Amino acid sequence: MSAARYEAVIGLEVHVQLKTRSKMFCGCATSFGAEPNTNVCPVCLGYPGTMPVMNREAIRLTVLSGLMLGCRINPRSKFDRKSYFYPDMPKNYQITQYDQPLCLGGGVEIEGASGLATVPLTRIHLEEDVAKNMHFATCSGVDFNRAGSPLMEIVSEPAMHTPEQAVAYLQGLKQTLMYAGVSDCNLEEGNMRCDVNVSLRPVGATALGTKAELKNLNSFKSVLLALRAEIGRQEQLLREGGRVVQETRRWDVEAGATFLMRTKEDAHDYRYFPEPDLMPVVLSEQQIAEWARGLPETPRQRRARFASEYSLPEYDARVLAADKAVGDYFEAAARGSKAPKIVSNWVMTEMLRRLGETGQEIAAVQITPAALAELVELTEAGAINSNTARELFGELFANGGSPRALVEARGLAQVSDSGALQALVDQAIRENAKSAEDFRGGKAVALKFLTGQVMRLSRGKANPQLAAQLLEERLKK
Amino acid sequence: MASNSDQQSMDVNYIARLARMNLDALEARQFQTQMDGIVDYVRQLSELDVEGVEPTAHAAPIQNVFREDLAQPGLTQEQALANAPAQSGGQFIVPKIVE
Repeated sequence: MSAARYEAVIGLEVHVQLKTRSKMFCGCATSFGAEPNTNVCPVCLGYPGTMPVMNREAIRLTVLSGLMLGCRINPRSKFDRKSYFYPDMPKNYQITQYDQPLCLGGGVEIEGASGLATVPLTRIHLEEDVAKNMHFATCSGVDFNRAGSPLMEIVSEPAMHTPEQAVAYLQGLKQTLMYAGVSDCNLEEGNMRCDVNVSLRPVGATALGTKAELKNLNSFKSVLLALRAEIGRQEQLLREGGRVVQETRRWDVEAGATFLMRTKEDAHDYRYFPEPDLMPVVLSEQQIAEWARGLPETPRQRRARFASEYSLPEYDARVLAADKAVGDYFEAAARGSKAPKIVSNWVMTEMLRRLGETGQEIAAVQITPAALAELVELTEAGAINSNTARELFGELFANGGSPRALVEARGLAQVSDSGALQALVDQAIRENAKSAEDFRGGKAVALKFLTGQVMRLSRGKANPQLAAQLLEERLKK
Repeated sequence: MASNSDQQSMDVNYIARLARMNLDALEARQFQTQMDGIVDYVRQLSELDVEGVEPTAHAAPIQNVFREDLAQPGLTQEQALANAPAQSGGQFIVPKIVE
């Protein structure tokens, strides 16, 4: 037993707040950050005698998400009551979908170690969000602004095996939903939340082991670390001859471990039953087709389009299209450029590196897509050399502005005039007679050193190719 | 769907636990009898032949009752909290949630 090797089986339940103006079953605004209990009414406060009315837009956005993820849209779906007692839900039931969800099947494309793979989905259903609880020393506070907001629950099949796959799944899902424009998908702000189910089984076994459910995962990093910790905990338990108990565990960032919240013994019996106050949703093929016409590009489609429209290598297209905002930026800069591949290089290297370092969002950077296109144009035309361009990029990234204006104001234009460079070439040879000798004696690398000297003398403005050429001509005389 | 819906009689103590109600032995016996009576009464429905009848939660053939996505003002914070037994900082205050 102790020699057995284990394989983790991971499934995710992701809750996503939909970008509607009003709540799911009442007309209260969904705006966030408002004063507590100011976007509320008798319906979302759960007063007896109030009646819910479905928000059509929430249905449309859920169907849109389903279409983007390749789901089958259920021609007939309905809402149910899920009974439980908790101060985040004063009706003592949540309106959700039990056995007839809006979307079935589908999948999320992820980039794995062995190329692209698809993680299959079980379903997507729509429900109402619950109130937000704040915990104080001796009591708890309840704010109902969020209560009743449309919430989509996306359930994956237990088809992932590593923490990294789970994170890739979340990233892929987030990107598709961002492309769909249905949600802001911000984990930190809570408009995307995820619960993780994980179990272990001996490698080669097909039956699933007993699972634990992990909660309180509010960042991709938490998902990764919590899964690593939980897989480690279960593995140790099994190796020591113990068994995993079905339970809900809470991830504690500080402790770097998961802790028991509740076991199956006090698991809920939700007593689902059809919501008598809501009529079923019946979607005709025509209706679905009409919504499908407004469907945005998927990451996969954009990847293919980038590759063909901008003649980018498959790798570039994949990196750029992986994040909608990055793709948008690239496209804004590349559209007017004669050298989209060079634009792509800048975005994939300098831009992503600096974004990573500063933690900024690409949508909010100082350097505009037009400025990047101009910078590329200046280098392509030979007006500035690549070192100057890199320095300028840093400057533009930090402060914005126009590359052309900066080049003029600082006299950074590349010196490609051989007359002007000749004097510097002569000076470099004079001051480095030894290197000049070496080159004449057959040491080709000496030319690199001398070129560097010319660059230094020109304060970086010399055209390096021209400098090398002039040096060579001079030294071969 | 309920865990014990296939049982012949209702487990009143279990239902009471789900509903967070404390029943003493006398009440439990009393409700058990009454509940069994109700279930027996409703059981008459099982005598009907429903072969080929689609299950439905509604008798009326109405569907797709929607509202447009328009935000409207609701209650003010003061109105919302008017019946709260306790409040602080604009929030309803409840006993500390243990879970």
